[in-house]
Amino acid sequence: MRAQDEAEIVACIPSLRRYARGLVSDRDRADDLVQDTLERAWSRYSMWQKRGDIRAWMFGILHNHFIDRLRAQSSRPEDSVGDALPEAPQRPLQTDVLELRDLDRILQRLPPEHREVLLLVGLEEQSYQEVAIALGVPIGTVMSRLSRARARLREELQGHVAPVSKIQRVK
Amino acid sequence: MTMDDNHLRGVVSDSSAGTSAPITEADLHAYADKQLSSERAALVQQYLALHPQEQQRVQDWQMQNRLLHQLLDPVLDEPLPLGMPLKPAARSFPWRALAAGVLVAVVSAGAAWSLRGHLDAQAMRLAIAGTSSQRSAALAVDGALPGFAQRAAVAHVVYSPDLRRPVEVSADQEQALVTWLTKRMGTEVRPPMLSSLGYALIGGRLLPGDKGPVAQFMYGAAGGQRLTLYVTREVPVETNTSFRFGSDGPVNVFYWVDKQLGYAISAGADRSELMRVSQEVYAQLGQR
Repeated sequence: MRAQDEAEIVACIPSLRRYARGLVSDRDRADDLVQDTLERAWSRYSMWQKRGDIRAWMFGILHNHFIDRLRAQSSRPEDSVGDALPEAPQRPLQTDVLELRDLDRILQRLPPEHREVLLLVGLEEQSYQEVAIALGVPIGTVMSRLSRARARLREELQGHVAPVSKIQRVK
Repeated sequence: MTMDDNHLRGVVSDSSAGTSAPITEADLHAYADKQLSSERAALVQQYLALHPQEQQRVQDWQMQNRLLHQLLDPVLDEPLPLGMPLKPAARSFPWRALAAGVLVAVVSAGAAWSLRGHLDAQAMRLAIAGTSSQRSAALAVDGALPGFAQRAAVAHVVYSPDLRRPVEVSADQEQALVTWLTKRMGTEVRPPMLSSLGYALIGGRLLPGDKGPVAQFMYGAAGGQRLTLYVTREVPVETNTSFRFGSDGPVNVFYWVDKQLGYAISAGADRSELMRVSQEVYAQLGQR
């Protein structure tokens, strides 16, 4: 393994963590996802023959782990999203802080495959082509998921009176 | 709100070529994400100037992108948690070289991140310093279980009471189990047969060790008692091969190092029973 490739893999870690945090919100679970991704990457690296660039390959591994976990989770209903925090109606969206806290909850309510595309494009600033490779879907699918995710987010953020959770989750 | 996929197709095939193609929603997204050629972007800009509603939509998307950054960019500055593997699991080089290797990774990671504007190597150094001092502390305390034996005891406590899913791959797929673990561990790993001592193989699983994968095999006795064998490459090269005994709460552990592999047998059984099993395991390993 060339030192430069190793450095590239390591250099992916911060953005993998950022992306994972957007996917699953919970810090420990997000980092577990990244850790699994790295373990797989190191162990598979020698078998991987430059079929694309390292970043797309790493995000692809993370995607596979994410999907595996979703499947495992769906068979354990007690693990469902803890969205039952008490909510009180308050003033409309005004400050950034308010919007951000809302954003996290709204994100977690998006269908996972929409969340992935929204984050890879909007946050990780990957090209649509790169996203298609990482997720293993046609580019048209990437575009339609992006379109739906953005429309949904727009609806949720726009002009509604934001229910603000009283209890701030400690991140 | 929902889009026909046909409307979304335009962008990707040739966003740079078509200056005459009609503007699609895909163009608008690509415009918001700055993924268009400058000519195409200019066309979209003209279009948006005439369509304020679409203009608003694009601006909202860009705002979404900014919000996502605000929400999640702080993660980039967090120190790396312990246990993130920053190097491939040790294979051909001896243990002590690993420390040097990790330093190299830190340096190159620092270089790569500063290029990206997210220099966090200091945090990473701290994280690594944390691990190594923990390890030396564990080895230094006499009588306590050293690193891998301690992890073996914990793994035993975690997995052996699990009635439904004590293993990842069960014994009826023994060959697949051996192939898989051998591949992941990078060395031949095969469960010894302990049926002569009254323990049947239940199966095995892969676990994270300190830096890389470790294997755990589980055995069950007729009375329901369980016993686990933990196999790891994470051992100091200079360790001798003698049997050692230790315990962690209710779990007794026999452990030794042989041919650069660490073995730990954990069970609730007493010392003499564990000794009997350990000798059998050792003997079978020696025959290979």
